Amino acid sequence: MDVAPVMTPSKPTIASAATGVPRAGRRRALAPLEPVSARARWLLGLGFFVVFVMVWSLFTLGGLVSPTFLASPVTMVKEGVRLFVEYNFIHDIGMTVWRVFGGFILATVVAVPLGIAMGTWKGVEAFFEPFVSFCRYLPASAFIPLLILWAGIDEAQKLLVIFIGSVFQVTLMVAVTVGGARRDLVEAAYTLGANSRGIVARVLIPGAAPGIAETLRLVLGWAWTYVIVAELIGSSSGIGHMITDSQALLNTGQIIFGIIVIGVIGLISDLAFKALNRRLFAWSTL
Amino acid sequence: MNQLSIRGVSRTFSAARGRTTQALLPIDFDVRENDFVTILGPSGCGKSTLLRIVAGLDYPTEGRVLLDGQSVEGPGADRGVVFQSYTLFPWLTVAQNIRFGLRERGMSEAEQKERSDFFIAKVGLRGFEGHYPKQLSGGMQQRTAIARALANDPKMLLLDEPFGALDNQTRVLMQELLLGIWESARKTVLFVTHDIDEAIFMANRVAVFSARPGRIKTEIAVDFAHPRHYTIKTSPKFMEIKARLTEEIRAESLAAAQH
Repeated sequence: MDVAPVMTPSKPTIASAATGVPRAGRRRALAPLEPVSARARWLLGLGFFVVFVMVWSLFTLGGLVSPTFLASPVTMVKEGVRLFVEYNFIHDIGMTVWRVFGGFILATVVAVPLGIAMGTWKGVEAFFEPFVSFCRYLPASAFIPLLILWAGIDEAQKLLVIFIGSVFQVTLMVAVTVGGARRDLVEAAYTLGANSRGIVARVLIPGAAPGIAETLRLVLGWAWTYVIVAELIGSSSGIGHMITDSQALLNTGQIIFGIIVIGVIGLISDLAFKALNRRLFAWSTL
Repeated sequence: MNQLSIRGVSRTFSAARGRTTQALLPIDFDVRENDFVTILGPSGCGKSTLLRIVAGLDYPTEGRVLLDGQSVEGPGADRGVVFQSYTLFPWLTVAQNIRFGLRERGMSEAEQKERSDFFIAKVGLRGFEGHYPKQLSGGMQQRTAIARALANDPKMLLLDEPFGALDNQTRVLMQELLLGIWESARKTVLFVTHDIDEAIFMANRVAVFSARPGRIKTEIAVDFAHPRHYTIKTSPKFMEIKARLTEEIRAESLAAAQH
């Protein structure tokens, strides 16, 4: 009989928490792992940019730092317009985008089949894995001087930097994804009469496809950082080249504008990639 | 005629530091064509290991398994398997899952469709052909898995606690569904379970497994007429068999708990 009086008052609390009574809403927003609404998410995300620009304006327009070292947001926008109007900046952007995608696609063409083979056949994995793991830690930017010696300073060298920076990463990540296939699905396929070829083509690859696509999205983000490094040295076009030129002229407005353009293009390609993955592999996000 | 012959099959697993665990003592067991045999045993007794060996997904340490006189060397389409875990391919729809084996075999599209439509209707999933597994309940997923195994037209159907993860009400309905399919299609069935009611209701023959190391301790014939109605579960005869099996299983569960 002791239990009953204790239980009764606690019951309504449980019920209201489960049904999400509005009164509790304010407190629950700060509860761990509690989701926020789509509108609040947008506002919060936008809020950071507003705060960032405000602090930046305060320091530059308020005269706290010298304009030689840091341009104000207003100068940055003006310089950005000048870049497009006077310096044909759209050509630089085009060159950079082409290098990123060119190098990245080359890396994908090599790395995805190799990664699938490594994930599928343990012998292939044993053969390549130590070498690929070793290469993964070689900094792509350190190869630039060597690549200039080998490939000169034209496009091939730029593409190779992206290629070296991405190919080993993609290979290993694809191998891990494929190797982590659900064993019970493989067994089920065998009992349905599949042979080794059927297992690879119709169980391992489709099962790993969303993970592979996600890997590519991630590594494409890294490719953007390599391309700028490649363009800083021995280049006559591209966003990275523009940034080096602007540094010589102490034009921080153009440098910052270039960095922001890279960020925006990166964000757009990432969102597009994400939307494509979601569309292609709807089953994995059900 | 014996369709499946298990001849002196034993299984020993090697564990860490050179130690070994004997999962199965040598087993001799036969299953006749069109028989419905349930293997009943406490958990961890090795009954699933035996089923996996028959399926060709595991290998006996000694002995061999013969299917229609041919030695079993690996998994194949002649033995359809339904697992306890949900093993539908998540990237394929219900209809595509059911056609998986047919496609592997290179059957024509028209024939694939005809067969999958037939089995979809048989397991009561009409209207769900285009659904993905994640959009289905557990019971519907297992019905699809049964249809997928049957569509391949195997000689035998092997089921490893297929309804173990389902709630009680769904499980009972699934038992009736499977039994109804067996009554009309007459496949040879080997069905592993730890549920006594399930073992009796479905089977013509119940093989009781001992605690590990597993061996077949007793066999009980169940001769209720077909088609069976769920009401037989409360008949005195059913109760009598159940009482007997309960004693057998209890002794084994106690033995297992003492290890």
